[in-house]
Amino acid sequence: MPEHRLKALNPLGGDSAKVETFDVFTISENPDLALASLACRAGQANNFTKAARKHFGFEMPGPGASAGKTPFTAIWIGPDQWMIEAPFETHEEIAAELKAAFGGSASVTEQTDGWACFAAEGPAAGAVFERLCALNVAAMPSNSASRTAIEHLGCIVICREAGIRFSVLCPRSGAASLHHALVTAAQSAL
Amino acid sequence: MIINHPLLGPRDSQEFTYLGDAGLIERPDWQAEDAADAFYEYLYLRDNPAGLHKELWYHEQGDRSWLVVTRNISSHEIISVELARDVARQKGRSK
Amino acid sequence: MSQINRIGGGRIDRSQVLNFSFDGKSYQGHPGDTLASALLANGVRLMGRGFKYHRPRGPLTAGSEEPNALVELRTGARQEPNTRATTAELFEGLQARSQNRWPSLAFDAMAVNDRLSRFFAAGFYYKTFMWPKAFWEKLYEPIIRRAAGLGSLTAQADPDEYDKGFLHTDLLVIGAGPSGLAAALTAGRAGAKVILADEDFVAGGRLNSETYAFGDGSGTDWAALAVAELAQMPNVRLMTRTTVIGAFDHGIYSALERVSDHLALPLPGKPRQILWRIYTKRSLLCAGALERPIAFENNDRPGIMLAGSLRSYVNRWAALPGKTVAVFTNNDNGLRTATDLISKGVNVAAVIDCRADTPDISGTETLRGAQVIDTSGRLGLASVTVQLADGNKRTIACDALGVSGGWNPNVHLTCHQRGRPRWDETLSAFVPDTCPPGMTVAGAANGQLSTAAALAAGTSGAVAALADIGVKAAPVDLPRTEDAAASVKAFWYVQHGKGRAWLDQQNDVTVKDVKLAHLEGYRSVEHLKRYTTLGMATDQGKTANMGGLAIMAELTGKSIPETGTTIYRPPYTPVPIAAFAGRSTGKGFRPTRLTPSHKWATEQGAVFVEVGMWLRAQWFPKPGETHWRQSVDREVLATRKSVGICDVTTLGKIDVQGTDAAEFLNRIYANPFGKLAVGKVRYGLMLREDGMVMDDGTTARLAEDHFITTTTTANAVGVFRHMEFCRQCLWPDLDVQIISTTEAWAQFSVAGPNARKLLEKIVDKDHDISNEAFPYMGCGEITVCGGLRARLFRISFSGELAYEIAVPTRYGDGLIRAMVEAGREFDAVVYGTEALGVMRIEKGHAAGNELNGTTSALNLGMGAMVSKKKDSIGSTLCQRDGMNRQDTLVLMGFRPVDPAQSFSAGSHFINKDAVANASNDQGYMTSVAYSPNLGHTIGLGLLRNGGARKGEIIKAVNPLKGIETDVEVVSAHFVDPEGERLRA
Repeated sequence: MPEHRLKALNPLGGDSAKVETFDVFTISENPDLALASLACRAGQANNFTKAARKHFGFEMPGPGASAGKTPFTAIWIGPDQWMIEAPFETHEEIAAELKAAFGGSASVTEQTDGWACFAAEGPAAGAVFERLCALNVAAMPSNSASRTAIEHLGCIVICREAGIRFSVLCPRSGAASLHHALVTAAQSAL
Repeated sequence: MIINHPLLGPRDSQEFTYLGDAGLIERPDWQAEDAADAFYEYLYLRDNPAGLHKELWYHEQGDRSWLVVTRNISSHEIISVELARDVARQKGRSK
Repeated sequence: MSQINRIGGGRIDRSQVLNFSFDGKSYQGHPGDTLASALLANGVRLMGRGFKYHRPRGPLTAGSEEPNALVELRTGARQEPNTRATTAELFEGLQARSQNRWPSLAFDAMAVNDRLSRFFAAGFYYKTFMWPKAFWEKLYEPIIRRAAGLGSLTAQADPDEYDKGFLHTDLLVIGAGPSGLAAALTAGRAGAKVILADEDFVAGGRLNSETYAFGDGSGTDWAALAVAELAQMPNVRLMTRTTVIGAFDHGIYSALERVSDHLALPLPGKPRQILWRIYTKRSLLCAGALERPIAFENNDRPGIMLAGSLRSYVNRWAALPGKTVAVFTNNDNGLRTATDLISKGVNVAAVIDCRADTPDISGTETLRGAQVIDTSGRLGLASVTVQLADGNKRTIACDALGVSGGWNPNVHLTCHQRGRPRWDETLSAFVPDTCPPGMTVAGAANGQLSTAAALAAGTSGAVAALADIGVKAAPVDLPRTEDAAASVKAFWYVQHGKGRAWLDQQNDVTVKDVKLAHLEGYRSVEHLKRYTTLGMATDQGKTANMGGLAIMAELTGKSIPETGTTIYRPPYTPVPIAAFAGRSTGKGFRPTRLTPSHKWATEQGAVFVEVGMWLRAQWFPKPGETHWRQSVDREVLATRKSVGICDVTTLGKIDVQGTDAAEFLNRIYANPFGKLAVGKVRYGLMLREDGMVMDDGTTARLAEDHFITTTTTANAVGVFRHMEFCRQCLWPDLDVQIISTTEAWAQFSVAGPNARKLLEKIVDKDHDISNEAFPYMGCGEITVCGGLRARLFRISFSGELAYEIAVPTRYGDGLIRAMVEAGREFDAVVYGTEALGVMRIEKGHAAGNELNGTTSALNLGMGAMVSKKKDSIGSTLCQRDGMNRQDTLVLMGFRPVDPAQSFSAGSHFINKDAVANASNDQGYMTSVAYSPNLGHTIGLGLLRNGGARKGEIIKAVNPLKGIETDVEVVSAHFVDPEGERLRA
């Protein structure tokens, strides 16, 4: 980890992660994610798959799904394109790491600070999300993921555990707006 | 409307943006003799059938796929949805 | 004594008393009451005034089809006009007022209109207010609005919140009457996901209003049991107070849930209403039927209502609309009102049946083959005049009259996708024909008017709908109940007398109006509707349309099915605009995107401006600065003198990678990119296929197969979409991958003669950023502040020696603080978008005002950039003759001949001696700023044949403000035209 002298701010502008708790639902800011996009290059499917197996130890997930093995999670975000997650603490340089592992078989782009991540957790998640997006979140199986629009923001909703544990990634600049939408929906629904 | 995305299944058309006639895939050859006319027709001259129409939709709030949607524009019935990339390749487009 | 017309029984909770007021007078009711039922129980029949003639009106119905009893609910900012008293749930403290009367409901001065009724006939607006034209806006319209308006708005902001939501289900059952409940039980027990929606606050539909035997108990009890069972099913969502308002494409339905309208105030954080978008695989419409009236003279007096509604008030709400009741019917169902009332000991004066074979009813007199031909009573019904079968007339004293002209299946939602209903001769009514795909209809809505038939249709309808989607369901056991055959004689209006017989009480349309419209040639039902206003406004003619078109059919000699109905459109019942807006109001209208330096800028007291969704610092006022120009001028001067810092994160950044990335860029930009060296940046001009400029930006090559391309802030989304189009649809096999990185990097411009010196204090020493090592248009991956990965681009928008430096966004706040600190010795400033704009105009850079969708490369003075040696988007069509004319518009600079004078963007150019009109137009000013460096206003603009006109004096004309300024045509580059500073 680089030892520079610049202090980091969380997406909501604070030094510590913001947590809002409702009866059976919690919304918490999660700044501890390192993210990179990983796209398979044309004609490189074999090399790409091999590199993925070697570096991640799992098969890349198909449309609408995510797959993971500590410390990495891969989320399908488009044809031949995935978002890779890992703990920020240990993988801040995730893009460089993946580029080294995949070489010419993949295009890798740092995405860590492109997104703000909120954990939205609790048995009431379905009731909250039905006031936020067209996605049938209550019916999402564990380890599924999908992009959708929430209050005009293009977000990625990841189901970590069906019905209960979800993450929402939104463009980092819109973090305050998404947070407001999540909190308002929770107040409204619960 | 619901667009049955070939990869992601049924999705609300609100997640998409609409471009228009799928003929836009068939971009003319710039070096052809009649390139000026061909580009003019490509860009400006469209059929406007009261019935089946192939059109381009972009899954902007989704996986960013361009789709070719065959839709009856009188009834909104959607007959088929294909990845535009596949359609382009079928039409001989490559690099 | 309160509630003088309250009788025993009913589905109200007498253990609680609710106090409410109507027109300032206090009354009492009970939970379970509507405003209308509570008023009737209190002996109040008069609830409103007619639209045109201001005649006294009471409720015609007991439901959402109500045309008459429209009231204003609540006070202050929550005041809501045109609410139906028949659906408004009573709550403690409800304040309601009648509408459309002055000074009071009992004495309405505008009732004089009733005497002038011959002036208000069909098409009266069109005929009366045709001339003189000038009178319309100033005289006629205000008067009409005052006289004819229904409720009034408060003009205050709505303090309530409204939600939108999305639901997914297998089967949507619309209506929770007998067929809907049977359907939901069937589907629920089969394990399907079910939504059962009903506009009422109690499920059961007509079951709550009828008394006939239902198995061993009552229909009400059965409904309550069904609801209890459904409530236990996790797969069933029972939504009362929820109106399905529209059926849209592909199984999408819209429903309005009134979450808090039955409360004095919404609970904290809770919405007043929710507009649901329901995605369902199948729907079963169980919307029941609506009773229709018979038109006869003076049929609009308070106390005259539909027979079934009258029965509802008595059976469900224990509210008696009158002490002495008569019934006028053309069908057996109307007779039930008489029998129910008699069994409750109510005095039924007579049953007037236009049929000849009506059975006797014990306890009242039956007048067969008779018709009501007139009524009397000043503010409410006092008596009816009946013409008997033998032609004699008889006056019958009564203060309530139940009227039944039969029942219309509620086909509304079946027609939302241009389906047309089919005429059923047996029922004398339209029944559903072609429904939207995925919708079927059961029960009374489908013409199955008996309760037993409705129940059976509900369960079989659910079984069939589920079978369609592969779910097996078994019919449920149903109790034995009423199963009478339809017995209706088509009868629309009483042909007697010269007075007015109302068809549409909401719009005051009479039988005569329809006849007049026919006489004047308006014969299509759609024309009839527009000409007479029949079927318009809040009830959309639910009780009126059928009568109107039956009369039109008779007049034209066509059958009713040939005449047809008007088109039914969503919404089924009125929806507040606020519900459509949901949370998209005020600050919630759209998301706010904050820049990485937002926190710091806020601390500095920056003034912000919305740029699309972004909130950007516009300028940073210092103590003592009272005018924005002082701040902006200071920021500009300090930057050009020493160094300035600006957050430019909002520019779109797209990461382009792949072995064909260079070739891809070569095709989407008009200028070449193939030979751009690694570590270099190039300006790119992006055209649309029609040859107009789409966007511009810089592209940096970080590696052979890795580029970062920037877009303007406004076009970031559109350019990305365009690049995906090119990648997927045009050249699907190019090896190129793209992803947005706009948000991932905090990017700052550092500009001015001391920019390098400042950056040398930030950039780690092992990266040489001297002019030799890092020349103009260089770029590279570096580290800053002791090892943080960063990117540096030597590009300039201001025309100064300038860089853009980027770090991961979370460190953006830290970086601007570090740079401000490092810049202290250089008197560095941080500048906002306003200074940014001034400097780019001084430098002559085109921006959004110039890239306005109508300009070509040639217009912007960049025609030579378009390569003709390669194929790129727009390169063919930009060569068209029309876009390359000698006298085409060219971007030039403009300065006032008198430096003290100013001009504004949008001004048009006119030759010095020409008259300022459109035919002499020579182009227009696109951008204007005050240049603190030059000490006068400067402008950029598009001028005909501009390149050849340097030095010419022309006029900049703003006809809107009446300003003409003499300006000199100059180069667009006001500052450092040779570009020496940026290469320094």
